[in-house]
Amino acid sequence: MAGNGDGVTLLGYWASPYALRVKWALKIKEVQYEYMEEHLPDKSPMLLQYNPVHKKIPVLVHKGKPLAESLVIIEYIDEVWKHNPLLPQDPYHRAKARFWAKFADEKCVPAMFRAFSKVGEEQAQAAEELRENLKTLESALEGKQYFGGETIGFLDIAVGWIGCWARMNEEVAGVNMIDAEMIPLLSVWFQKFLELPIIKECLPPQDKLLEHTKEFHKMLMMATLT
Amino acid sequence: MAAEVKLFGKWTSPFSRRIEVALKLKGVEYEYIEEDVFNKSPTLLNYNPVHKKIPVLVHNGKPIAESQVIMEYIDETWKHNPILPIDPFEKAMARFWAKFIDDKFWAIWPAVKKAMTSGGEKEREEGIEEAQLHLDTLETQLKEKKFFGGERLGFVEISASLIIWIVVSQEVMGVEILTQEKFPALHELTQKFVHDDVFKQCVPPWEPLVSYYKALWEP
Repeated sequence: MAGNGDGVTLLGYWASPYALRVKWALKIKEVQYEYMEEHLPDKSPMLLQYNPVHKKIPVLVHKGKPLAESLVIIEYIDEVWKHNPLLPQDPYHRAKARFWAKFADEKCVPAMFRAFSKVGEEQAQAAEELRENLKTLESALEGKQYFGGETIGFLDIAVGWIGCWARMNEEVAGVNMIDAEMIPLLSVWFQKFLELPIIKECLPPQDKLLEHTKEFHKMLMMATLT
Repeated sequence: MAAEVKLFGKWTSPFSRRIEVALKLKGVEYEYIEEDVFNKSPTLLNYNPVHKKIPVLVHNGKPIAESQVIMEYIDETWKHNPILPIDPFEKAMARFWAKFIDDKFWAIWPAVKKAMTSGGEKEREEGIEEAQLHLDTLETQLKEKKFFGGERLGFVEISASLIIWIVVSQEVMGVEILTQEKFPALHELTQKFVHDDVFKQCVPPWEPLVSYYKALWEP
């Protein structure tokens, strides 16, 4: 059984951006935790027990109680460990952070996936949609260093992974996703964010992730052809 | 300047109605502005340029969009009669279930719409079957989670009120989807909404709502 007493356990997968953003939250809060790697696509009985509804990682187990859905987990972490706050105090700014995290997850990520997994006209359209939505996301920076202001916060860790995955995806799928001319401020932010030591050290090994991305793309392309 | 709350909504929208429930539970006075979603006002487009949708809550001139984000804002701004649980774990579970409900609705509603708007018997049956499949998942989770933990209706229950729209669609089509025997927990939930003092005020008028969808989706 995972999680001894007051312990924190994170069930994750090395190549998952959703597990990664939970790791970032735990790191910022300096929470000691036990990490358990799921060997996807095989799912452990423990995972199925802890997340019977979605059967997915990440799952955070705290004091024996499991939580699923990465943004739900991150808000929980923010509320239980109060130092180094992730969300701002003011309700209006909290609402804005939540709004934009939802926008990225619902508008940017699916477009990125379609641009990666489709071909031809469908791919081109998806890539254009992604670039436009990233442009919209850029407006949320409002001239600040980070979405969180002077230091990184909830929205930075919610969306920062896109910078890493998009670069890899565009290389493998052969379509432009991060257009530095179109999103100059966001491009700079992606770079700065991913270079932060606390962020960088949690990233999956880039060469391994590239291989994984290539394999995944190959699989998707074969499925397209059949 | 006195605190000023405005809600841009649509009388037929479950997402707009949710916000009304939340505001009423908190006893917050607000001005309601009905939007014609087929002819959106410049004000709405200005307040929600990203999605151009209702509901939008405007508090002291500052706009908030996305119904669950708005509900959390309301709960954090007006702290009495909490909508979300206080305990962080319980709060997280409430968020998890509210998200689950919304995700399921967006799987159920297109299926229902397909059944409502299709001319053919086969498509109609397919739509109903698909809707019931997703409702089944919802029902299973409801039964196991004992949805009605407390006396009051909170974040999860307010989110789940959109189930009433499935019931409405039944009447539009003259066909049963959410039967009491197949979905006892969901059925009980809809009854609770219809009889709750606050929800009663916020559920759209039945006959006009049925007529609205009949007219909108006549195949």
